[in-house]
Amino acid sequence: MTTTPLPVPEADDESREFYDGARRHQLMLMRCRSCGAWRLPSRPRCPDCWSTETEWVRASGRGVLHSFGIMHQKLHPAFADRTPYQFAVVELAEGPRIVSQVVGVAEDELRLEMPLQAVFDDVSDDATVVRFGPRRS
Amino acid sequence: MHPPYAVRAMDGRELRGRAAISGLGMSEMGRVYTRDARDFAAEAIRRAVEDAGLRKEQIDGLLVNPGVTPLGAMGGVGLQNDLGLANLRLLASMNVGGATANVMVQYAAMSVIHGLANHVVCVFADAPLRTSAGGGGGAAYAGMGRSVRPSGMAGLYTTFGVFGVNAHYALATRRHMAMYGTTSDQLGVIAVAERAWAQKSPLAEHREAMTLGDYRASRWVVEPLHLLDCCLVSNGGVAVVVSRAEEAADLAQPPAYILGMGQGHPGDFRRKGWDVETETGAPIARERAFSMAGATLADIDVLQLYDCYTYTVLVTLEDYGFCKKGEGGPFVADGKLGPGGSLPTNTGGGQLSGYYMWGMTPLSEGVIQVRGQGGERQVAKHDVVLVTGNGGILDHHSALILGREA
Repeated sequence: MTTTPLPVPEADDESREFYDGARRHQLMLMRCRSCGAWRLPSRPRCPDCWSTETEWVRASGRGVLHSFGIMHQKLHPAFADRTPYQFAVVELAEGPRIVSQVVGVAEDELRLEMPLQAVFDDVSDDATVVRFGPRRS
Repeated sequence: MHPPYAVRAMDGRELRGRAAISGLGMSEMGRVYTRDARDFAAEAIRRAVEDAGLRKEQIDGLLVNPGVTPLGAMGGVGLQNDLGLANLRLLASMNVGGATANVMVQYAAMSVIHGLANHVVCVFADAPLRTSAGGGGGAAYAGMGRSVRPSGMAGLYTTFGVFGVNAHYALATRRHMAMYGTTSDQLGVIAVAERAWAQKSPLAEHREAMTLGDYRASRWVVEPLHLLDCCLVSNGGVAVVVSRAEEAADLAQPPAYILGMGQGHPGDFRRKGWDVETETGAPIARERAFSMAGATLADIDVLQLYDCYTYTVLVTLEDYGFCKKGEGGPFVADGKLGPGGSLPTNTGGGQLSGYYMWGMTPLSEGVIQVRGQGGERQVAKHDVVLVTGNGGILDHHSALILGREA
């Protein structure tokens, strides 16, 4: 489809578990050890109970489409040859919302709240992108 | 959905009408490339102080909102030195995005009421259009997520190409459309109404005629947003002077009395149960501002609503209760916001067609209307004007209710 590689982020201390998990085809999220609230983006402190005790837990990968847009502006060299393109926000079953892209659904068939499931695209030997495809149930 | 909001026992009525906007100054605005942000600020302040009939020695407070200009280039001390303001008792830079103008006026009003200062200048200035050659109008606002070497969780915005403010407002607008059936044409009616006002304003950047057909034909920026859903980007500066009410009454201009003030910062908790795209901080700000003013929606003669996008106007109308949540589309569809309509809104063309000075766009036109200085666009009944500010991605909301009489 296109030869320009996607700009895949470099992991930092607060996101390494997420990106390492994606390479294993697992959606990893941070969860508060104190109150159990899931959170994204991963931050050192729980916004609900202010605890800094955290753990990384594999999430279900299930979600629903929260919103989406079609970008027509060419603002980044990596996207010059794939504009316009769709981007989406997915509300995960665990609660947090994640920015991503919906694949396997025609643009005019996208509906908010439609059930989605994480899919893992190995874009290179050491990077995997988490997108979302249709979920049957 | 926001958690229950505890209402304080005091209603702020003791602040009603005790401060006023006594001066308004605007630099040249738009595609003006001969000044930097700090000089736009200085020029706006010079004009505001002259407008009020004050001398620079009487200015003892300065609040600065630098837009996207770095603080190092536009901090308060540099501006103070440029203008030789030697009597300051109050000085700060502030930034809650497009909510800042009203917020600066609120802190200024409380300061003059309680004796911390006498005449406080609040200024916004920015020069995002750096050169006539450099980039499109919105280049300075398209930077979010654009890093060439993204990192961390925020890097996901880069991976999926979610760039700039436009992308985030597109997501919010889509959400409202899907939840409530709001249509692109209903948003277009807002753009057309504001353009009709702009045609009556010598200050407006876009005065050429615009139809709903023109709106529909304007290119996509980020679907569902057309180009004509989006604000302009302008260079320039606007300043106001805030004074105690009794002093303002003796100055050169009719005072714009501050009857009500409020802020609401709902937080951007992007998770289940939080409708951050369709519910703003306006209800929190509204409760305080209207109780302070002792006013109801029926008292409002003119609206100046922050309009970075057409959608911002629509969701703000809902969140003030001018119509029910979700009914903003049908509510605006009859053109009631435009000239001759029952709810005159953004009478200078707003940020969509007038000029983009963040929260100073609605505030400056609010002051002009309360004074009765709107010329061809002046609304006949202009006793009470609602001015709103909005910052970030609907993260911050600020309200002022201005009155012709205290």
